[in-house]
Order: sequence, then C-alpha cells, then structure tokens
Amino acid sequence: MSATHTNLPRALATLAAGALFGFGLSLSTMIRPEVVLSFLRLQDFGLLLVMGGAVLVVLLAYQLAPRLLKRPLLGDIFHAHPSVWNRDTLVGAALFGVGWGLCGVCPGPAIAGLGAGNWSLLWALAGIALGALVQGLRAK
Amino acid sequence: MNLVFFPLGWQHYLLGGLLVGAGTALLFVLTGRIGGMSTVFSSTWSYLVRRPFFQQGRFVDSRGWRLVYALGLILGALIWWLGFAGGVREATAVPVWQLLLGGFFVGYGARLSNGCTSGHGICGLGSLQWPSALAVLTFMATAFLTANLIAWWLP
Repeated sequence: MSATHTNLPRALATLAAGALFGFGLSLSTMIRPEVVLSFLRLQDFGLLLVMGGAVLVVLLAYQLAPRLLKRPLLGDIFHAHPSVWNRDTLVGAALFGVGWGLCGVCPGPAIAGLGAGNWSLLWALAGIALGALVQGLRAK
Repeated sequence: MNLVFFPLGWQHYLLGGLLVGAGTALLFVLTGRIGGMSTVFSSTWSYLVRRPFFQQGRFVDSRGWRLVYALGLILGALIWWLGFAGGVREATAVPVWQLLLGGFFVGYGARLSNGCTSGHGICGLGSLQWPSALAVLTFMATAFLTANLIAWWLP
C-alpha cells in the first residue's frame, strides 16, 4: 500500500486533476466570495451553472468509467463516495451552510484562491482548519 | 433574461464548471479516487494530532494524495491568474471576522456532515446519492438565510 502512495504517475495525475479543478474554480470566479454571496442573495445565478456543469461531467465519468474500464488507468479500484443520512449529516450540512452564507468561501475556493494571490482567504482557510480540528476533537 | 439572472455573463460559469467536473472526473478515471475537498482539512491534522479520530485509516491512507490534490488547486488558480487574468491580484471586501467565523462553521460543518460543496455537491450528486442531495438542499437553505440576514443587518 505504501508503495502506491509514492507512485509518481499517480501523484502527477492527482496534481493535474487538482489543477483543472483549481483553474475551473478561478475561471468561474468561485474564488471570489462576493460572487458566491451574490448567488446566495439571488442576484446572480452563475453558481448553478458551475455546479450543474461540474455534476454533469462527474455523473458521466462515475457512471461510465466503471462500466468501460476494469480498473482506473493508474489505480487498483474505483472508490465510491460514502454518503449516509443521519443527524450528523443534517446538523453538519446546516452549520456548513451558515458558515458559507457568512463568508462566501467553501473548502475548494479557500485553497484555490491562494494561487490567485487572494491572501485574505488565509483567514477563511485558518477558520476551516480550526473548525475541522474542533470537529475531530469532539468526535467519539 | 441573461442580464436578470446572469448580470456578469454566463459562459465563464458554465465553462469553469465543466472544467471543475473534468478535474474530478480525471482524478476518478486515472486513480479511482473521489475528489471532494473538505477531507484534506481532517486528513492533514493526522500528521500532528495523535488522537484516534485523526489516526483513522481513511485519513492516514489518503493524506498524501489529498495534499497533492490541494496543491494542484493552487497551481491551477496560479495558471489562470498569470496566464488569463493579467496577474491582477484577487482581493475580497468581506470582513476578516466573517471569513474567520464563517470559515470555522464551514470546516466544522463540512467535516461533521462528511462533505462540502464538492464532496456532497459534485461527487455526491454525481454518484446519485440521495443523502448528498438532502445535504445540498440543507446547506443551500441555511446559506441562503444567513447571507440574506447578513445583507439586511449589515450595511
């Protein structure tokens, strides 16, 4: 298992995938908290196009790849996103929304924004890291 | 109609969204990994915090590639910034207290519900999981309420 972690082609693939993600977040101006907040205030519906476009591509990939390929081109198995519906999911999502509505920054843009020189987002990044720490410390 | 719903235009939103999806899809097709972004904030703490929660396999086994993925996000934004945006530094007028406090709730909430806008929104909806759809509806509702209350209360 540890050998696969240092697999260079896989690391480069992961970096390239992240770069596409970060480029897309920047091009769609999701790294600007003001644009996200203007969606939440129903002044600009662009975020729906961003999310819709992304979901469409991912839906195709998640449905087709496991049918067309025995395994990932550089990996062992296709993983799945383990979603469950319980109290934590509900309360967590509600709190996430309160925070998102307060600052207009979610985890992806908080990270990507740094690449475009938006140092103010370091405050949001610090807040997210702190929130994740407290969540882990309180978890059983 | 375009001006009412998309005062800043719509093409860059759609194209950017397709590229975000392409990044997540590429990660899946090449490595089989699910590319939600919020887990990196828990998995990276596993380097520093010894408590059993952070030492779970799902964090320790994925912390390396999640950091590489996050680095890719910064790299992609840098390429856009230098190559396509003229290198004008991005800035925000959102006050520091809102970024810090809002960020805290974003981090706490995303990790408690095991997903954020990319984890539940893009990966969860993309794999047709109804708990993720409910999570998206929930955070959209509370975010909508919060953002509008803030807009009314603060000038």
